[in-house]
Amino acid sequence: MAGSGTAHLRPADEDILLSVRNLVVEFPTGRAEKVHAVSDVSLDVRRGETVGLVGESGCGKSTVAKAIMQLPRPTSGEVEYDGRDLTSLPKRELRETRRKLQMIFQDPISSLNPLRKVKDIVAEGLDIAGGTARSARSATVDEMLEVVGLDPETAGERKPHEFSGGQCQRISIARAIVLDPDLVICDEPVSALDVSVQAQILNLLEDMKARYGLTLLFIAHDLAVVKNVSDRVVVMYLGKICEVGSPDLLYAEPLHPYTEGLLAAIPDPDPDADLADRALAGDLPSPVNPPSGCRFRTRCARADALCTEQEPVIQERRPGHFVACHHPLDSPAPPTSASRSPAATRA
Amino acid sequence: MIEAVVTEKVAEAGLAPVEPDAPALSVTDLRVWFDTARGLVRAVDGVNLHVEAGRTLGVVGESGSGKSVLSRAVMNILAPSAVVLPGSRIEIEGHDTATLTKEQARHLWGARVAMVFQDPMTSLTPVLTVGRQLTETLRRHLGLDRAAAVTRAEELLRWVGIPEPARRLRQYPHNLSGGMRQRVGIALALSCSPRLLIADEPTTALDVTVQHQILNLLGRLQAEEGMAMILITHDLGVVAGRTDDIAVMYAGRVVERAPTKVLLREMRHPYTRALVRSIPRVADPSHTRLRAIPGRPPTVIDPPPGCSFAARCPHARPRCLAETPVLGGDHPGNTTPGHRHACFFPVGTPEGDQAFADNLAAGRTAAGLPVDEGSVL
Repeated sequence: MAGSGTAHLRPADEDILLSVRNLVVEFPTGRAEKVHAVSDVSLDVRRGETVGLVGESGCGKSTVAKAIMQLPRPTSGEVEYDGRDLTSLPKRELRETRRKLQMIFQDPISSLNPLRKVKDIVAEGLDIAGGTARSARSATVDEMLEVVGLDPETAGERKPHEFSGGQCQRISIARAIVLDPDLVICDEPVSALDVSVQAQILNLLEDMKARYGLTLLFIAHDLAVVKNVSDRVVVMYLGKICEVGSPDLLYAEPLHPYTEGLLAAIPDPDPDADLADRALAGDLPSPVNPPSGCRFRTRCARADALCTEQEPVIQERRPGHFVACHHPLDSPAPPTSASRSPAATRA
Repeated sequence: MIEAVVTEKVAEAGLAPVEPDAPALSVTDLRVWFDTARGLVRAVDGVNLHVEAGRTLGVVGESGSGKSVLSRAVMNILAPSAVVLPGSRIEIEGHDTATLTKEQARHLWGARVAMVFQDPMTSLTPVLTVGRQLTETLRRHLGLDRAAAVTRAEELLRWVGIPEPARRLRQYPHNLSGGMRQRVGIALALSCSPRLLIADEPTTALDVTVQHQILNLLGRLQAEEGMAMILITHDLGVVAGRTDDIAVMYAGRVVERAPTKVLLREMRHPYTRALVRSIPRVADPSHTRLRAIPGRPPTVIDPPPGCSFAARCPHARPRCLAETPVLGGDHPGNTTPGHRHACFFPVGTPEGDQAFADNLAAGRTAAGLPVDEGSVL
């Protein structure tokens, strides 16, 4: 798993809005060591589509999002947005282009400035971009608040602490779409919300997408949420991509042992659900010293010598369904596969 | 050997169960209000709960439903601004917690009842090693000497699935991953063999894979120890396969309570059904429109009379705004033994169907919520 390669990238004539190629992000630890947060990740997003990026915390999914925004610029690799490579764009042009890319963050309350009024928070993008007359500014802000389900009359003059988490996330959405972006990167937008509010926000995002023709990169650790919103799902593990496919296909018949483990861990509200332990044991290894070969091998029941020596390359196993694994689940398990380490099975 | 020490200490404190089959926890008419600048917040407003020894109860509710205040009241760790109203009664193994001596109280909440928190850093201090924190509890409550406490601490860590326990004991909480820390939190909670464990959102801060490990671990330990457990969560999926009974809380009250399988099959309260239906299901195809619950939970400051869910409920009739339904009252559909709900027009009863049909004909509920065919929550 967790391999390199670009077989899953689609041809440029398929209206690709964002194309990330061989993205590497490393952080120095200060001790002549590096955190390999993202190691050779490639992915693309077609105009109008929602790509879901899923994985455990620490797998590098948020780092990918920030690297796309050039916050900070990645260590290496290309981020091609609408035909322009953002990594080599001069600062000024980058700022211009980046207006078309917006982000929504996980913590709805701390991502809003507590000292400012809601209408000023929503208008901030307009103010920075400039060129909006005062009257147009307030009309636009009112419209945005209305669209996300807040009453502009009462909400506009208030400050974020007067709102619930769900309402703050609505404000964040208004702030993100006010500049009429093409691509909105949602980094765990609903994981801090209650289930009933989560459903409202997910429905709102779908409405916004339809209304403004948005393209979404949706990052989350909740597989059910990702399936609900996505047209294409990318599974990441420890800075690498494991599996890419359409959600219905990927969830029904995962090819990567890691995806299978993730799916098995989802709590199911069905009281008769089988709790048989196919879920993963152990913790994510350290990204400072990632395992050789396939990075998932230390937690994988199918791993053998090949997985230690050689990194798998992503390949198309079924039409539109890609996996980076030496022993994908549609092949027989290797006879020599090492059983899990005793420490891991104790879980 | 530990069993003998625990038995001796319990007897010494005069905390042996009042009767051999006394319920692990019995909460009667609990009301916890908070005096705030904005008014009196009725966080818990008349909760009755009963957990038999060795059973597992899931308490499900959203933020603000009062589920955490309930657990803190049972643990006796309420904030100073909390007021427990007269008439509230909490009994643990038959002991009324209001009448305990200081010494008894210390032992009861230190050893007989324990809690696992959402963020393990809440129960672990960052400035002491894991070993120091575990042995401190063991020495204090069980009177073990230093060497025996270290041996027991190692046993505990091994028991909760932590490899190399001797090395881990010398480490600080920040050296451990989130999952490992929660395992230490569990080891700490279970160190004195409690008879009741309260786990308040124990896996909310964790990844799905680690969540699965921790829930399995709690289930295994609960079965091995035969202790009672209350699992508090906002995620019905977490409690579905792992509890004997479920209580659903809304706005400070229990609105439905039943054996787990009964509740999930024949849910009666419109809120329970709405909660279940708002969860995205992996089995559904992608882009399935989610059935969100309209509106948001009520503030529990000076609540108006009537059912607290009425404003969001497609079944709401004029009666729901005038009268407050009581859990276990004489409502339609309270037929299955052990299944209690607080709704005048419950799901799956002729009364409920009629209420929805009437609202549909009027285009709105008695509370003014617009309804159409799709709002069968």
